[in-house]
Amino acid sequence: MNDEPLLEMRNVGKDFDGNVVLKDISFTLRKGQILGLCGENGAGKSTLMNILFGMDVIRETGGYTGEVLIDGEKVEFKKPLDALYAGIGMVHQEFSLIPGFSVAENIMLNREPSKGNVISKIFGKHGKKLETVDMEQIRSTAESALSKMGVELEVESPVSEMPVGHKQFIEIAREISKIKTRLLILDEPTAVLTESEADILLQSMKKLSENGIAIIFISHRLREILEVCDKVLVMRDGLVVDEKDKEETNILEIARKMVGRNVESMEDFSNNKSKRQISDEVILSMKNFWVDMPGEAVRNVNLDVHKGEILGIAGLAGQGKLGIPNGLMGIYEAGGEVLYKGQPFSLNNTKYALEHGFAFVSEDRRGVGLLLDEPISWNILFNALQIKDLGIRSVLGGLFKFRDDKAMDKIARDYIEKLKIRCTGPGQKVRNLSGGNQQKICLSKAFCLDPEILLISEPTRGIDVGAKELVLEALRKYNSENGTTIVIVSSELEELRSISDRIAVTCEGEIFGVLPPQAKPEDFALLMSGEKMGEVSA
Amino acid sequence: MSKNNCERPGMGERFKRWINDFGWARIIIALFLLFLYLIAGFFKVSRIATLNDMIARFAMNGILVLSMVPMIQSGTGLNFGVPIGIVGGLLAEAITMEYYLTGAAGFFTACLLGVFFGGIFGWFYSLLLNRVKGDEMMIATYVGFSFIYFFQMMWVGLPFHNPASVQGYKGSGLRVTISLAKYWKHILDDFLHISIPMGLDYFGNEESIEIPVGTILFTLFFCLLVWIFFRSKTGTAMTAVGSNPDYAKAAGININRMRTYSVVMSSALAAIGIIVYAQSFGYAQYYTAPNGFTFPTVAAILLGGASITKANMLNVLLGAFLFQGVISLTPSVINSAIQLDISEVIRMIVTNGLIVYALTRKRGKK
Amino acid sequence: MDLLKDKKQFLRNMSVPLLFIVIISVGIPLSKYTGVYLLREGLTRLVRNSFLVISLLIPVMAGMGINFAITLGAMAGQIGIIFSQDWGLTGVGGLFVAMALATPIAILLGAFAGHVLNKARGREMITSMILSFLISGFYQFFMLFFCGGVIKFHDPNLILSRGYGVISTVTLKAGRAFDDFIKFELWPGTGIYVPVFTIFLIFLACLFTVWFRKTKLGHDMSSVGQDQRVSNDAGMAVDHIRVQSIVISTVMACYGQIIYLQNIGTMNTTYGADQVSLFAAAALLVGGASVSRASLPNVFIGVLLFHMMFIVMPVAGKTLTGNAMIGEYFRSFISYGVVALALIMHSWARNRDLADSRKQMRKDNDDKSKELKAKVNA
Repeated sequence: MNDEPLLEMRNVGKDFDGNVVLKDISFTLRKGQILGLCGENGAGKSTLMNILFGMDVIRETGGYTGEVLIDGEKVEFKKPLDALYAGIGMVHQEFSLIPGFSVAENIMLNREPSKGNVISKIFGKHGKKLETVDMEQIRSTAESALSKMGVELEVESPVSEMPVGHKQFIEIAREISKIKTRLLILDEPTAVLTESEADILLQSMKKLSENGIAIIFISHRLREILEVCDKVLVMRDGLVVDEKDKEETNILEIARKMVGRNVESMEDFSNNKSKRQISDEVILSMKNFWVDMPGEAVRNVNLDVHKGEILGIAGLAGQGKLGIPNGLMGIYEAGGEVLYKGQPFSLNNTKYALEHGFAFVSEDRRGVGLLLDEPISWNILFNALQIKDLGIRSVLGGLFKFRDDKAMDKIARDYIEKLKIRCTGPGQKVRNLSGGNQQKICLSKAFCLDPEILLISEPTRGIDVGAKELVLEALRKYNSENGTTIVIVSSELEELRSISDRIAVTCEGEIFGVLPPQAKPEDFALLMSGEKMGEVSA
Repeated sequence: MSKNNCERPGMGERFKRWINDFGWARIIIALFLLFLYLIAGFFKVSRIATLNDMIARFAMNGILVLSMVPMIQSGTGLNFGVPIGIVGGLLAEAITMEYYLTGAAGFFTACLLGVFFGGIFGWFYSLLLNRVKGDEMMIATYVGFSFIYFFQMMWVGLPFHNPASVQGYKGSGLRVTISLAKYWKHILDDFLHISIPMGLDYFGNEESIEIPVGTILFTLFFCLLVWIFFRSKTGTAMTAVGSNPDYAKAAGININRMRTYSVVMSSALAAIGIIVYAQSFGYAQYYTAPNGFTFPTVAAILLGGASITKANMLNVLLGAFLFQGVISLTPSVINSAIQLDISEVIRMIVTNGLIVYALTRKRGKK
Repeated sequence: MDLLKDKKQFLRNMSVPLLFIVIISVGIPLSKYTGVYLLREGLTRLVRNSFLVISLLIPVMAGMGINFAITLGAMAGQIGIIFSQDWGLTGVGGLFVAMALATPIAILLGAFAGHVLNKARGREMITSMILSFLISGFYQFFMLFFCGGVIKFHDPNLILSRGYGVISTVTLKAGRAFDDFIKFELWPGTGIYVPVFTIFLIFLACLFTVWFRKTKLGHDMSSVGQDQRVSNDAGMAVDHIRVQSIVISTVMACYGQIIYLQNIGTMNTTYGADQVSLFAAAALLVGGASVSRASLPNVFIGVLLFHMMFIVMPVAGKTLTGNAMIGEYFRSFISYGVVALALIMHSWARNRDLADSRKQMRKDNDDKSKELKAKVNA
């Protein structure tokens, strides 16, 4: 056996416009090894995999530093195709399947073997595309790839009628049917699977590794990682913080490493907070609440929100935390029982929610949160204009209601000043503003409604550090001055811990627990990984 | 203002941006128009007559072009279904004539009935469009065609009796073109009409600039109404729906209702538009005639600078003027210059070229 | 349950053809046409139109919807015919020369249309329609001002008396050349002739379509038609493949128009190509095809039903209402209406399928949740 590791990374680093996302990453992977890759959102997992797979986005943003070695030789993939030729296969979270094609056709997509025919021969060299596709061979290649995984699927049936789990197997089979594939990257492959399907997948991963295929396995389920991996790599803030063999580590330690940061900074705020008055009054109560938000569905949410508190909702991407505010606001279909101030709350009715004192800052700032091609004043005031007649001039005793551009400009100017929005004035189009300033406009829009409950999703996503602090500070101030209840959803645990009174954690589309912000970071990590409290530490 | 992060661009950059905002197509066509107008004299084409033609056509088509605005603003797309409103207007005219209402009374009755029928048809049309989001334009085109042909049967079948409007030899079924001479021909055109004598033309005939002030005022009045509407609370909501439907939804706006309003408005305006057109033209045209309005009207508002999701009054007025200018001036000058009658060909190329250009431009978002 | 779904799906697909069968079965007795007449007319229409309708199939497969720009191919075909006739060519040879001449023009126009449509993703159909009007303007310019002027013609009979421009109605010297090349009378005395050679050409087009689906290019096209992103990720040149589908369609339409014209025997120079895409699209949709799914049976069922309606309706309308025009108008209404209806039904079905798949996902999710809970509790 060759002594060179199959894959070696040496001091790999990457920044996007000076914003460092990967630093000094080094690790090795041998033939047939399974490497588990853990880390919170934004720890740098995806960027690392993008580098390895030669994705365009890396090259377009100025490449990376350090070295990637395959079989001990330095490689630099310019495009995914280069990585494919080097024997690297990647299964993305998003399915890449043609619905009307059969399982076999999908496994062999764009690699179909073909036979010459009369017409293709007339065209000679140029007739390659006119050769007849060899269905028989497609079938047999597909079958052998599936059997390598130890999975049995009807290769002739169309993919559109398959359950989600099978689709995942088809994706993997496609990669391993490529003759050269020696290294397989699986990005959250179990996220869409049921438990039993996930078990089958783990079994086939083991089988593949016995066949000599190395695997990089990314999963938020730490239990799965420990079950199949030979080696675990934990990343945090763009660094590898831990590289251990399976035997040397356990769930608790991985969890701790994933989130472990200096805990001291937390103390100040919790002291400061003790002065705040949070009433015991429940303003919003959710029972068996469910939301059908694509990619962020939640169900069985039982959660009480106290008047005047800041409630954080944490969880990894795709685990349903975003579903909660979106469902309450009627953006996505929701159901279950929700009481607001003790009264039944009407779901799936955005207008009702807004009229009853709810305001929402969406995580999809450019898609849902803003009118990019309209001026700042419109963006800030639109909701208040429609709901509260703010900036409206009534004519004929309210028979006609017109926009009062002057009043709107004045209010907009107030917010521009208060939140330090950098712009040329209330008439500027929002498209041309920076992310941080756009977010401040979204906040102004919510504040304008003078809400009793403010729902805010990912308040600091995609904005720079300085603006982040400003946004959080604005929220704290708004909460303490107006007593507004705030439900804040964020992928950044530190941010939640610095602002919230309590933090609920979602996993697999359910609330797994509620913790005080002072709780140990690893407890959060365990909840996010779907481990019930108390089960592991025992 | 020094702390602004949005720096003021340099002169060159600003000029470029202005050009981009204004659109190359429009600049080229405007310059072309100007060029044609200037050289018209060399080919013994009367500038005065041409100008009159341009003004008259602008006034005739203004409200039809305006009828595009509500649907564009609400994000329902270019209204290729404009025949639906037009047929409403034609129906209104036929019914008004049936009661022998003439002059201003007839005209305004026709307008009111037009709003009614256009609105009703528009309402049904909107129910359909709300169920086929994303495919509006193609479906609108064919629904528009179908509607015209459906009403062909109605024009034959409905019991109209006024001898001025039914086919003489049969006594039933509307004529293809009905003369409005005894009804409301030029009722607006002649109101406050201005005629400025300009001396003799190349052939020694008296010429004067003719301005149909009444029609222009009427058009401007409706532009003003629409402009005011888009400053209202509902109008603002409609604009937001067109600008970003997800945003509007998150603000509690009922998107389908806004789209319905816009379609009803567009169709009602189209009905008035055709009645104004007919009073200028002097004839109401039935059967396949509404077909001829769809693409020129769409092309006009695009030439005026509207996009598939944004349109304003400037787009309407500029578009109606430039487009009708090209359609009327180009043939007369070119025909005289090279002795070829290529007006039809130019009309086709300009109209459809503009629409293809707009359809193939990259969308702003997504 | 799947069977039930299939049945529903089948009924939905067949609803338009069924509607037409009803219209025709009411219309035939009213029209009082004889069976022999209807058979002869039906056969003629099938032979005349099928090739054009087949040319719509490949863009549908490539996910570009109904290619209303087959009009471009028809224009190319008309240009080919004019020049072939001007060079004094007649008969089958003349038609083949026309085809040979028109092919490069059709390829160029098709490639142009393909590139334009790539820039109008998501609204290919409306763009292809307007594009065909636009190119029609250039075509008319060519026919009415270039021909006989800039391009010298040999046959003065083809040119308008003013000295330039092709006459508006051209009687084809190669008229019925394909039809009469090999033919036989079905039953002596009925006057029903079977144009064997034209049918052979249509058969070739069918064969080509079936064969093409099995080639690598056809396979890729069908993949692109279903999901452009996935196909692109798998390394297919999506844009290029889409252009190819339009080129093939345009070239086939060009041959289709030549077959159509030789059957009719005369050609409307200026406007002859304009209605081609409307009638071809209507026929295909009447045959039960949709914007995303069309097959050869759809073509033949559609041509037969649509044109039967066309033959029967004016007379039936007259018998029914006493007014000859009503039937005439009714059939125009139906031609456009059926396209509108098919587009609406397709859009509706697509929105409903989206909703259905969301429901399915919710169910899957619930199953997953139950299983998870069972495991956690255990």
